[in-house]
Amino acid sequence: MKKALVVDDSRAIRTMLSRILVRYGFEVAQAGDGSEALVVLEQHHGDFDLLCVDYNMPVMNGLELLSEMREQPRFDDIPIMMVTTETQIDFITSALALGANEYVMKPFTDVMVLEKLQTLGLVPYE
Amino acid sequence: MTNPNPISRLEYPGSQGANAAPLISPRNYTFLQTYIYRESGIVLDDDKQYLFESRLRPIVIREGLASIDALCDLVATGRSPALATRVIDAMTTNETLFFRDTAIFEVMKTTVLPELIAAAGSRKLRIWSAASSTGQEAYSLAITLLEARIDPSRVEIIGTDLCEQVVERAATGKYVQFEVGRGMPILLLMKYFTKVGLDWQIKPEVRNMVHFQKLDLRGSFAALGKFDLVLCRNVLIYFDATTKEQIIASIAKTILPGGMLVLGCAETLISVDHKYERKVFGHSTFYAVR
Repeated sequence: MKKALVVDDSRAIRTMLSRILVRYGFEVAQAGDGSEALVVLEQHHGDFDLLCVDYNMPVMNGLELLSEMREQPRFDDIPIMMVTTETQIDFITSALALGANEYVMKPFTDVMVLEKLQTLGLVPYE
Repeated sequence: MTNPNPISRLEYPGSQGANAAPLISPRNYTFLQTYIYRESGIVLDDDKQYLFESRLRPIVIREGLASIDALCDLVATGRSPALATRVIDAMTTNETLFFRDTAIFEVMKTTVLPELIAAAGSRKLRIWSAASSTGQEAYSLAITLLEARIDPSRVEIIGTDLCEQVVERAATGKYVQFEVGRGMPILLLMKYFTKVGLDWQIKPEVRNMVHFQKLDLRGSFAALGKFDLVLCRNVLIYFDATTKEQIIASIAKTILPGGMLVLGCAETLISVDHKYERKVFGHSTFYAVR
């Protein structure tokens, strides 16, 4: 089973996104900010097929998490999908430069997430 | 076309209670089905109450009318052609997104388009996005060609749609956040769009590759000329069998030797009398004219 880590400080968003991912065959772990995400990544030895990362979070935000992950080559291969309200070009450019592979803008729907999972090759096209 | 099913009592938000009124009477439901079929050829089954409600409610509110029934009465008089057009437009605008069925765009990029452009020789490659709606498919094609490093001056893409409003919108190449969030890979968004306020504007290099015009698929295609590739995806399902067969036959006449038709990934020509031959590239099906 594919594994995803959802990183968002909003429990509601974590729950909603997790439900969608479970529907498409993922086993989901959650973290409330970037630093928690690093702990979960360590615990699972980076064994995730997808990371869904919010930007605005306390303690360690999404871009800081991506920067930390870049320092650790064993996390290099994990596809990263930003899930955020931030749509400024500078922000998107920074996220891509730090290794983000896809981008879902909030508010999102089930089908928008599915399309991105398909783009990333994590869910087959019907 | 009849509606044997009783219409359930559906209400506007906030209209619950003593003042609640049914949204569409059985008589007007049948009127809308018949009217839209006559004007557009599109068949709306007996279970599409929700679609009438969601599509027509904004018109009812904007016109300050009491109900969809009142709207139907007004359209039926024939005294407001502009209103009638808006009803048809609202009911015939269908979902679209960038790079719908990504696999087919991938095979076009790697195989089909390079082969077609080579076969075209010195003339322009001509592509038709039939039922182009707000332009996502046509612009996805343009981006695919650019990504395949095909010289845009060697290509002409035409998008057509029955609905005048969406043709005009498509030509602007401007999309809201939600629309680019549907199917557009982030790297391509950054490469081919400019952020304008809250919206995303497709860059001139892409927009200039595509022309949009109004066209009824049930009419003549003669003025469009001939094409190397025709995309008619997820639209034939809205027509009855006879109309579908006519459209398929008319499209065949527009396809140049060696050219192909693309249908929606869930659509086939099974049970339709046709002159096409299936050609499979990877997991994607194209139809060449025999």
